[in-house]
Amino acid sequence: MTATVPAAPRVIYQRPARLTDVSTRYCPGCGHGIIHRLVAEVLEDLGVDGRTIAVAPVGCSVFAYEYLAYDWCEAPHGRAPAVATGIRRVRPDAFVLTYQGDGDLAAIGTGEIVHAAARGELITAIFVNNGIYGMTGGQMAPTTLVGQRTTSSPTGRDVRAAGYPVPMTEMLAVLPGVAFAARGSIADPSAIGRTKSYIRKACEAQIRGEGFAIVEVLSNCPVGWGMTAQESIRYLQDVVVQTYPLGVLVDRRSGAQAGSSGAQAGAARPGTPSGATRQAEPHPAGQEA
Amino acid sequence: MTTPAPVEDPSFSLAGTREPPRRVLMKGNEAIAEAAIQAGCDAYFGYPITPQAELLEWMARRMPEEGRAFVQAESELGAINMALGAGAAGARVLVSSSGPGVSLMAEAMSYMAGSEVPMVLINVMRGGPGLGSIGPSQSDYFQAVKGHGHGDYRVPVLAPSSIGEAMELVATAFELAEHYRTPVIILADGIMGQAMEPVEQHYRTPARQTAAWALTGADGREPRVVRSLHLAPEELEEHNAHLQEKFHAIAEHEVRWAGERLDDADLVIVAYGTAARVARTAIARARAAGLRVGLFRPISLWPFPSAELASVADRARGLLVVELSAGQMVEDVRLAVGGGIPVAFEGRTGGMVPSPDEVVEALRELDATGGPLRRRRVRRRPPIPVSGTGHLHPHEPMAEPETGHDALSIFGDDAWMPHWYTVPVPTRPTRNGHGRGQGRNGSAERRPDDEGGSR
Ligand SMILES: Cc1ncc(C[n+]2csc(CCOP(=O)(O)OP(=O)(O)O)c2C)c(N)n1
Ligand code: SF4
Ligand SMILES: [Mg+2]
Repeated sequence: MTATVPAAPRVIYQRPARLTDVSTRYCPGCGHGIIHRLVAEVLEDLGVDGRTIAVAPVGCSVFAYEYLAYDWCEAPHGRAPAVATGIRRVRPDAFVLTYQGDGDLAAIGTGEIVHAAARGELITAIFVNNGIYGMTGGQMAPTTLVGQRTTSSPTGRDVRAAGYPVPMTEMLAVLPGVAFAARGSIADPSAIGRTKSYIRKACEAQIRGEGFAIVEVLSNCPVGWGMTAQESIRYLQDVVVQTYPLGVLVDRRSGAQAGSSGAQAGAARPGTPSGATRQAEPHPAGQEA
Repeated sequence: MTTPAPVEDPSFSLAGTREPPRRVLMKGNEAIAEAAIQAGCDAYFGYPITPQAELLEWMARRMPEEGRAFVQAESELGAINMALGAGAAGARVLVSSSGPGVSLMAEAMSYMAGSEVPMVLINVMRGGPGLGSIGPSQSDYFQAVKGHGHGDYRVPVLAPSSIGEAMELVATAFELAEHYRTPVIILADGIMGQAMEPVEQHYRTPARQTAAWALTGADGREPRVVRSLHLAPEELEEHNAHLQEKFHAIAEHEVRWAGERLDDADLVIVAYGTAARVARTAIARARAAGLRVGLFRPISLWPFPSAELASVADRARGLLVVELSAGQMVEDVRLAVGGGIPVAFEGRTGGMVPSPDEVVEALRELDATGGPLRRRRVRRRPPIPVSGTGHLHPHEPMAEPETGHDALSIFGDDAWMPHWYTVPVPTRPTRNGHGRGQGRNGSAERRPDDEGGSR
């Protein structure tokens, strides 16, 4: 019998370098923190930390710049994709990330996200869908589920008055400028793992110059939903995913294989030569003086 | 002065030219757009609207030629927020629109003022309110000078009255924007945008300033954040105090105005932009009829040349404000001169332009009702003003009045005379507190008291 040699100690889990060591302003149990961490891990893995310029939304994650140590630009409510477009066009070497809530992206900012996606801007969009306006105290959002109670739909969302939840990412996925679109969740460790892989793909799409990429992350808002943290996670797992199925919605990246969840992998881009990709072209503007 | 032959081919390309100024016939919108390119504009964002569309079209063609950024946005909201992003990333950014679009830009203007992002916005004004008309107008004075977004802020507003002056003010606007880290508005109007005038292709490229705040990616340095949010009241109050300090500095150092025929004027017309062109014609006619009339032309609408106007008013019997609006500048004129002198108003709205003869009639009425001559009571003579572009020099002879040509007279009686010389650049403190001041093309500083006027 041979003696077992003890393995050298190795780090299997640690705080990503750009995730700041401060306590956040988020409520206990809020999903934003998990999503921040996933972003920090992926950008570190991909080595784009030092050239990241991120755009912060108006919503509970307005202070994202306190928690993720990148260069950040604040955007007016809903305008992050336009702000990111401006950055993208004058800083071709930057890695440009937007982080938006569902009120920000799917209500007031509908025009900006649709057209950034339609132009195929080389931007990676993180879309945190908690089905509610968290920051302003839990009002109904366009993403709120049918029948869901909020402070502005006190008897539950009534489709006759407030219409139906907006499947924003499905809508964006049909646009040829979108290289990658997926919906993940933070409900359990395996979902978190898949969400991280979506974020990675969405970042790679930008790095390879393949087009606009978006990852919708179903998140919770225990305070806005009037639940405990545990109840909100169960609600996310059992109820929210009925309206918002998880998976890759479109993958037009070159070499993408047909994937799970009925994704349009390697989907053609209507109106474009098939497989056409865009390259970031070097641009003389805006060098740091 | 020799006048080079006008260029016949309108499709000439200006890419890379740095030849001596040529005199060519150009449409205002296009001349302004080219001046911005030559001033080093890195990125342009816009949305089509009359009477500004040619500016966007010129940029659509020329910016890619120069390898610079052009985006036709999905809306003015999109355009102005792209400008916010590009400006935050350190680029020299231009946006243009007209009233209805500028209204949509109000939100981001406030953000840019709050987060101190440089940007130049050109409003080629049309008739309002609402969809209004596409005719020339000056009805966005309140919006530009007192308005747009929410919060305690001001932005410099520059009002050219000729295409040549507009070209120069584009470069000035970039300078102000970057020096003070602020949005700057250029207030033009439909006539200036649409008319063709002979312009000298005299361009100026302001030097780049170090942007130690611009977003470039936090590689080996502390992360930077461009933001207007300061949630703690104490922190926001401190930030606002900093902004106010900056606005005071602008008010002190960036007043610009021009005057004509003020030496012996009993009556003074106060007008900017196209209204000043009409006024100049009216003044020639009124003088021919025996009235002694001069012109006071604010070039910076904010900061308004209040003290300068007050000292001019000290020697006059009455002021007549002429505008293509219902009289939005009248308030600022009254605030400047106090109650001691009659302030009359003549204006048209909706895309109508007051005719020189209407203005002469208003001058006659003012002459009849105006107060006693107050010049005797004044010991100190105000300085002879110098215009920003030189073509309004007080001693330059003006064309003899012509009658019966009102439709053409806006650009008729006072055919524009390009007359470039070193423009005095106001002395202003630099960020590290040292005085700065240099003439065009880096020529020697002109002291503010050299020729008075523009300071
Ligand atoms: C123009 C404008 N309208 C309204 C608001 C108020 N407001 C702040 S955050 C917010 C909603 C944010 O909801 P969401 O984007 O879903 O983010 P969450 O807080 O849920 O993460 C609203 C309406 C604002 N700041 N600006
Ligand atoms: S209100 Fe909701 S989204 Fe906002 S921090 Fe609290 S739990 Fe999170
Ligand atoms: Mg939300």
